[in-house]
Amino acid sequence: MSEIEFLDWVRGPGFQIAAVIFVAGVIIRILEILMLGRKKNLAEARGSEMLGGLRTIVTRSMHDKATFQRSAFTIVSGYIFHTGLLLSIFFFAPHILMFKEVFGLSWPSLPTPVIDALAVISIIALLTIIARRMSNKVMRFLNTPGDYLAWLLTITPLVTGYMAFHRIGLPAPTLLAIHILSVEILLVLFPFTKLMHAFTLFMARWYNGAISGYRGVAS
Amino acid sequence: MKQSIVSPQFNIQVENVMTWNVKPLLHEIRHSLNRLIETGESSVIDLRSIPLAPGEEEKILTALGRGELRAELDALGKSEIIETQYAGVWLISHYNENEEIIGRFIEVTVMPDILCSQSADMIDASQRLAEALQDTGGNNEGG
Amino acid sequence: MSDRKNTAQADLTLGEVLRKRGISRRSFLKFCAATASMMAMPPSMVPAIAAALEKARRPSVIWLSFQECTGCTESLTRSHSTTIESLIFDHISLDYHHTLQAAAGTHAEAARIASMEENFGKYLLIVDGSIPMGNPGYSTIAGVSNHDMLMETAKGAAAVIAVGTCAAYGGIPHADPNPTGAVSVGDLIKDKPIINVPGCPPIPVVITGVLTHFLTFGELPELDHIGRPMAFYGKSIHDRCYRRPFYDKGLFAETFDDEGAKKGWCLYKLGCKGPTTYNACATTKWNDGTSFPIEAGHPCLGCSEPDFWDGGGFYKALSMPTENITQNIIYAAAGAAAAGVAVGALNRAKKSKAQATHQKVKLEDLNK
Repeated sequence: MSEIEFLDWVRGPGFQIAAVIFVAGVIIRILEILMLGRKKNLAEARGSEMLGGLRTIVTRSMHDKATFQRSAFTIVSGYIFHTGLLLSIFFFAPHILMFKEVFGLSWPSLPTPVIDALAVISIIALLTIIARRMSNKVMRFLNTPGDYLAWLLTITPLVTGYMAFHRIGLPAPTLLAIHILSVEILLVLFPFTKLMHAFTLFMARWYNGAISGYRGVAS
Repeated sequence: MKQSIVSPQFNIQVENVMTWNVKPLLHEIRHSLNRLIETGESSVIDLRSIPLAPGEEEKILTALGRGELRAELDALGKSEIIETQYAGVWLISHYNENEEIIGRFIEVTVMPDILCSQSADMIDASQRLAEALQDTGGNNEGG
Repeated sequence: MSDRKNTAQADLTLGEVLRKRGISRRSFLKFCAATASMMAMPPSMVPAIAAALEKARRPSVIWLSFQECTGCTESLTRSHSTTIESLIFDHISLDYHHTLQAAAGTHAEAARIASMEENFGKYLLIVDGSIPMGNPGYSTIAGVSNHDMLMETAKGAAAVIAVGTCAAYGGIPHADPNPTGAVSVGDLIKDKPIINVPGCPPIPVVITGVLTHFLTFGELPELDHIGRPMAFYGKSIHDRCYRRPFYDKGLFAETFDDEGAKKGWCLYKLGCKGPTTYNACATTKWNDGTSFPIEAGHPCLGCSEPDFWDGGGFYKALSMPTENITQNIIYAAAGAAAAGVAVGALNRAKKSKAQATHQKVKLEDLNK
């Protein structure tokens, strides 16, 4: 297989397979969770479930002082890499072209040098996170292979994307193909790993808040 | 389509901002010139090997300007050899018989090789001169 | 092309031929400088080139055209730098080229056979066009299938030069669904050195540059991993593109006539394949260095790469998927919704069944 054939495959059939598995996987998993259902709460409602749920989605995203003092590193590095990752996924001009092609929607892009910097910052943040997770005894004990897999799936597209943009080491078509392939692997495994948190996070927070909201207390 | 001997014509209008190749090239020429002064080593830059935006070659030529010397060579088409306004920096443009450019070089040297008489040509010349003298001599004797 | 001329000049070196024609050493040096430039070699190589050209001997060339459009020959014969190329091409003996030769029919084929026998093991074989493997009748010359003619002629060749993307990688005949079963020269010939000179067509001076290199040094130039001479195909269009700084800054033309297009911004969004295409267009340019497609405002098609016709469309940006993803996503979503509901229902059934069969443990059970 020549490098152009490789590139054509990841842009064509490979992308097709990955997109279908990703969409189907995410929908099945979400429906599965939603349809678990809950027993009807017989107690009289003392507040709104919806309001409580929405409030908690916001409040849980903002750390309180004590939590911050306890795990400042996790919070700061986590925010940095999540922000950098999301911005480089959704605001890099070539990526927006891809979204436009698939969904018909497009939006303004960030300047390429900004994305470049964000990618580097995200990679560094991800590296410090894994270094800490592996050096800290307690965290190492808590780590599962799934955690390492999720980390690997996240950092690979960033690194390969950086290499493809700066054209480091290999012929350019191969670099681009590897980058797209790494994203496809991410998409395929996304619904079946902890990466699902990108969707379930808000469901979980809403549910926590909703319970308290129903009782009329703050979560 | 003929190109003028003095400077090439470009037909595409582009903004002035695309001149990022000009400065580095001029810097390279300066370094080459210093090397020539210090060690006597000459160097050649092939303008065809550099990715130039429309109009950039003209800018380079304008920046180098023209100096005191200009020579024209008539060998397989014309060639123009000029010393730029910077002594030691030469611009050599080769044209074919249809006056189409076939090569343009910047040479940083005391004297471009192509201007010097070549030994093979001198041997040939000496022979021809001898033959010419013989012919003349023969004519005198016969006449 | 005649036998008489062949034997008369066969033993002369290029240096001798030029001297015989009264070309001075100074002219020869100028010729070498232009040749070095044409071969994309540094000017410091000029003395070596001069020494090699001086000793170069007249090679016999056989040119075979298979499934092609003659664009490559057009490109070559339209190269305007007549003086330099004519010196080279006066020097080679083009014994067979069915577009350019005067002879026709049996005489033409006889010339090919004669040249093959006379120069066995020494002649240069140039091929343009791909070879159909589906049915030998798809393309024949003088009743001989392309495959048979190639294999027969390649036997005694010193080297094979595949000119154009069709000969090098199958090109347009090989494009999906490849109705003729077209293959490249390299797919068929494994025991000879092959130089690929792809492009649709290749840049004229790239064709002549490669020929000149072989003529000058009598050996193959340095090739990349898909058989292309590094001197011309070592850098991508993107890496040598004068619009590259706009790509780096993220300044793109969105359409062919917007403000960005007028300012000469990057053509990535309009489908430019420059980032994945290796060729010399950005420096060597076309029409005697006048311009090249990107300079004229059109994205690169990637014509010097394998399968450039199957990249999902010339105006589709490299970051876009080449197939219709949207439709399949919709189907997948619908199917998944149904599956999700089914799985959920199954889970519920399981749960209620578990509840139904649930038995409370009584004190007497424990006392048993």
